[in-house]
Amino acid sequence: MTTVMELTCLSRGKGYYSPPCHVLRLGGFTLLVDCPLDLSSLSVFAPVPGGFGNGDRSAEGPVDATGLIRAEPWYKTVATLHLWDVSSIDVVLISSPMGMLGLPFLTRADGFSAKVYVTEAAAKLGLLAMNDLVLQHREFREFYSFDDSRFPRWMEWEELECLSPPLKETILGVEGIELGGWMPLYSAADAEDCVKKVQKLRYAEETCYNGTLMMKALSSGSEIGACNWTIEWIGRTVALVTGSIFSSGHALGFDCQALQSKDVLVYSESLSIDHVGSTEDDITHDSSPPRLDSLVDDASARSEEEERLNFICSCITRATEAGGSVLIPIGRLGIILQLLEQLSVCSEFTSSKVPMYIISPAAAETLAYTNVIPEWVCKQRQEKLFSGEPLFAHQELVKGGRLRAYPALYSPELLRNWQEPCIVFCPHWSLRLGPAVPLLRRWHSDPNSLLVTEEGVDAQIALAPFNIAEMKMKVLRYSFLSRIELKKITPLLEILQPKLAVLPEDLKEKVLFLNTSSTSISLAYYSLNETFRLPSSKDSSKIDISSDLVSQFQWKILKESNFSISRLKGNLVMRNGRPLILSRDELPPSDNNIPLMHFGTPDLPRLLARLTEMGIRGTIQGESECPRIVLIDYPEKAVIEVRKNSSCISAPSERLRCTIS
Amino acid sequence: MAIECLVLGAGQEVGKSCVVVTINGRRIMFDCGMHMGYLDRRRYPDFSRISPSGDFTAALDCIIITHFHLDHVGALPYFTEVCGYSGPIYMTYPTKALSPLMLEDYRRVMVERRGEEEQFTSEHIASCMKKVVPVDLKQTVQIGSDLFIRAYYAGHVLGAAMFHAKVGDAAIVYTGDYNMTPDRHLGAAQIDRLQLDLLITESTYATTVRDSRYTREREFLTAVHKCVEGGGKVLIPTFALGRAQELCMLLDDYWERMNLKVPVYFSAGLTIQANMYYKMLINWTSQKVKESYATRNPFDFKNVRNFDRSMINDPGPCVLFATPGMISGGFSLEVFKNWAPSESNLVTLPGYCVAGTVGHKLMSGKPTKIDLDKDTQIDVRCQIHQLSFSPHTDAKGIMDLVKFLSPKHVVLVHGEKPKMATLKGKIEAELGISCYYPANNEMVTLPSTHFIKASASDVFVRSSLCPNLQFLGKNTDDNPWQFKDDRVSQGVCVMKGNEEGRVIHQGELSSLLRQEAHDVKFAFCFPVQLSSENRWTGHPPGETPPCPSGTCSLVLSLLAGLSSSPVQEKIQVGEASLQVESVRASICAREQCPYRVGDSQRKPELVYVCCEWTSKDSELAWDVISRMKSVVLTLPCSDS
Repeated sequence: MTTVMELTCLSRGKGYYSPPCHVLRLGGFTLLVDCPLDLSSLSVFAPVPGGFGNGDRSAEGPVDATGLIRAEPWYKTVATLHLWDVSSIDVVLISSPMGMLGLPFLTRADGFSAKVYVTEAAAKLGLLAMNDLVLQHREFREFYSFDDSRFPRWMEWEELECLSPPLKETILGVEGIELGGWMPLYSAADAEDCVKKVQKLRYAEETCYNGTLMMKALSSGSEIGACNWTIEWIGRTVALVTGSIFSSGHALGFDCQALQSKDVLVYSESLSIDHVGSTEDDITHDSSPPRLDSLVDDASARSEEEERLNFICSCITRATEAGGSVLIPIGRLGIILQLLEQLSVCSEFTSSKVPMYIISPAAAETLAYTNVIPEWVCKQRQEKLFSGEPLFAHQELVKGGRLRAYPALYSPELLRNWQEPCIVFCPHWSLRLGPAVPLLRRWHSDPNSLLVTEEGVDAQIALAPFNIAEMKMKVLRYSFLSRIELKKITPLLEILQPKLAVLPEDLKEKVLFLNTSSTSISLAYYSLNETFRLPSSKDSSKIDISSDLVSQFQWKILKESNFSISRLKGNLVMRNGRPLILSRDELPPSDNNIPLMHFGTPDLPRLLARLTEMGIRGTIQGESECPRIVLIDYPEKAVIEVRKNSSCISAPSERLRCTIS
Repeated sequence: MAIECLVLGAGQEVGKSCVVVTINGRRIMFDCGMHMGYLDRRRYPDFSRISPSGDFTAALDCIIITHFHLDHVGALPYFTEVCGYSGPIYMTYPTKALSPLMLEDYRRVMVERRGEEEQFTSEHIASCMKKVVPVDLKQTVQIGSDLFIRAYYAGHVLGAAMFHAKVGDAAIVYTGDYNMTPDRHLGAAQIDRLQLDLLITESTYATTVRDSRYTREREFLTAVHKCVEGGGKVLIPTFALGRAQELCMLLDDYWERMNLKVPVYFSAGLTIQANMYYKMLINWTSQKVKESYATRNPFDFKNVRNFDRSMINDPGPCVLFATPGMISGGFSLEVFKNWAPSESNLVTLPGYCVAGTVGHKLMSGKPTKIDLDKDTQIDVRCQIHQLSFSPHTDAKGIMDLVKFLSPKHVVLVHGEKPKMATLKGKIEAELGISCYYPANNEMVTLPSTHFIKASASDVFVRSSLCPNLQFLGKNTDDNPWQFKDDRVSQGVCVMKGNEEGRVIHQGELSSLLRQEAHDVKFAFCFPVQLSSENRWTGHPPGETPPCPSGTCSLVLSLLAGLSSSPVQEKIQVGEASLQVESVRASICAREQCPYRVGDSQRKPELVYVCCEWTSKDSELAWDVISRMKSVVLTLPCSDS
């Protein structure tokens, strides 16, 4: 029950696909927040492996197909997480489906015994994403059979030295310490097992770990099932805020109210690519205090997002009208849903006959799932439920035969129904696994075709294996919000009013309070891989005492200092994160075994006066020296010896003794 | 601090559920139902008792609706749109989705079929539902500064919930209707073990204990199967929601297994639409149904088709679901008129029918003729099968829930008075929990839990967490040592003026009071007899006895004298003293001991023993002293 709190950032994260990873120590417990995989580093592998080390690879010059590693892909976990003793982790909090992709590595480890908390929807979508990954990986292996018996050659230092600098940095990290994070993929059984071990929560469901930590998952808006966390223990409150979107087009929006006025707010989203564009422009904001509704119901952000979607839709329709096909390799469920939504109301599209395919092992289940989770989607989708319509329009598209879901590119049904031009949604956005690879090879020289990729993926490395010289296909790169915009962090903090806000180091200088007089928020910054110890609060713990125990109190009023004191004896229990003292029935209410305590030095004349009142006579001897002695001569002879810190009572009979004391 | 429970409806009756509970000043209305048995103003709860002035928005903090049945939600549009309540209303997602269907259906039947004056319009229903905030199970919702509510799964119908409400330290649960056993499509009620002051529970089946539902389902299926095999038609009058889906799943499954080809029909678009809701809300059904959804949504019934009015007199067997459930009018009555005269046909009846309906007439006895109105009479020759499974918990379930939650008080609603009295007796006798069953418009006032808030010092908290191991002795060979860790928190509670109390460890008290601790000791010096042969005749009185062995021998001798006392085991022997707890006894060598009260003349046959102790061991010290006084000391060897 200590009040010390420590924060260690293990990974800053890379946006939506790999959220940051932190370890938090509080109340004597160790909490791991998120366990992601860095899937963007898949791009170091060639999508079509040949023999290893063929050709004349050189460490210089631009990366091309020959520079990539031709081997069975491994996956990059958070390297520094491996330095932690798995058994020392007490709690794992997962805040988005992507935040649990690395979890099977942890749950299958020996000694792992932590309790994992994740929202129901995130667990479901997380499992679907894991299975997707496992199946595509298996497909890859089946196509290009590997001998996995030996340690991969690409991990040997001589081989790593030969790689081009950007690839080397991806593999080893900026500081060159991340090689240990690479792991061969887990199995489907590991993923299944992992999800079985988690405790699934609803939004705003209170859960209690060990009677001490009260935790709540609050919708963050960035994805279905994604959440921010609040933790409460012995009356202290912490909020953990990660990638959040104030008004989401598909997931339940940012729950702001429950994050307000916490003791500590940890904001863990670092500055990165999608911030860069808007870094300098408008950090200034007007000096009027920000209002919650204006921040959350941000119409301009919403309409910007809609414009972007509209633009993508128009590009898609233009491409198909010209007879080209569209490839949308994408991992973000929210974008798929919103694009489908937009396409279903786009008149040019609905009037055409171009089919849409979603090709992924989890596609059919994901589509079905999104229509049965009204509790997890945004308000405008919920209204669909109340008016008796399907939550998402894709259900109608599926019914009308415009949209079909297939588990794989070679599934017989797809081959039978295949039509071009068509629109294909598929994983994987790194362009290394899954149907994206063959489709890109098929379409890359067609000038009418369109590839829609996400901003932030290093296009040069991603497209490297696809013969850039012949690349005639149009490429549309879009960027979508997956986090709080930089300019909104300050107003958000002003609304949430934590006592202390802890931010990543790179946000220093970016978060400014204009009117410092109106805010009492103190700021602190943490950096990667350094343990940050939060100043412990001066307040003492809050405690509840049951009223029946209080009614047994025997108060003693101390006149001099205006204090009332009473002894207290009971059972201390932790109930829902709050300590509570209950009375114990088996104990006698007043217990004589406890020694009385005495304070101060008795004032002898007053003592004598009191004694005389009780019928005891005595005299004071020795005016000023120490010890001073009171001689009692009636009813029996006795001596009271008074020193500064102690007195000694000597009397022949117990009765007298009791009276004096 | 108190809880007041005002029962506006469903007090000693079934119908128009409505309970207004005030917890520490916060007022919540649980359910806002309508009584189906009345057509006058008795159909609504007497809202004037909430606020004589009629300002209901100010008088209530919120309304909570547990499920979509009309006896729980029926009066809501009236209360919000006609009476003017505009505060928050909470219900689960399915309840919010399905309630308007029920309300609209009821309104239509009332206005169009019975030609009654409208109580509320379609627009009323729509604008009422707009005010509803949907909640998810277990989601903790904060209302105002200190009211928290949370829904728990209740079974019964889709989206039915029990609600937990908490204000400060006081907490209650209102169950609504619930079912403690899973049925065909819904799971059993589930709730956490909560600390409750009050549990308000339904008691429809307060005295009934039911057997397994499996046999009752089989009876139903056999009756239906027999009828269609004989070429008969089966009419299943039912409400659009809940029972219809349950029976439909049952039949669909049975049809599949038995490979039956007889058509199953739904009467109206309403139920088809309802099925759509069920499909979207599949996460609110039972675990088994949810699991099967991955492959196929179980509410996509394979064998069910739409029915058209023109098909009523088509030849051949069929099964038809038709609304309303109690054959009180509408399509089910129309079909009943046509099918009742044939002996080969079958009509099933729900478990409960309101008096005055055809269903109620069929239930009471076996009528051969039913007078519909003064011109119409129906010949009833068909078979009647009464469904005996109900989505309510039975008496055992209620007792289980009460026992599980162990609230301080129980209030029974939604039941029949005599049965409630029996259940009350049972709860009080078997569980020792006080129980009430107020009638409508009666109020029960109960004390509420209140914890005193204080702050605790870290030293106190740490001391409380110290294990307090007690050795219980050797038990068996398998479990040789037994310990008890019986932690007791001890501290001092300090109040300064009217500030919040502070709990500290007693060691911290002196610094808090800015006074140094003052030890109070007791001392007593008394003579002990020395045996005659050891008298130190050769020594002048007061002179130090032979040292060190002499003193030690005297101490040992004292010890020997005490050896028969019960404290013997605890005696610690020091170099020149004995110590039991805080009582320390030593041979007093001083000529003038200040603690030697009274006669201080040294005598050769006396040795003085000086004792010191603290107040907690007063009794012990006195006991030791009296024992020592009676000892005659002897030295093992009288040294020369």
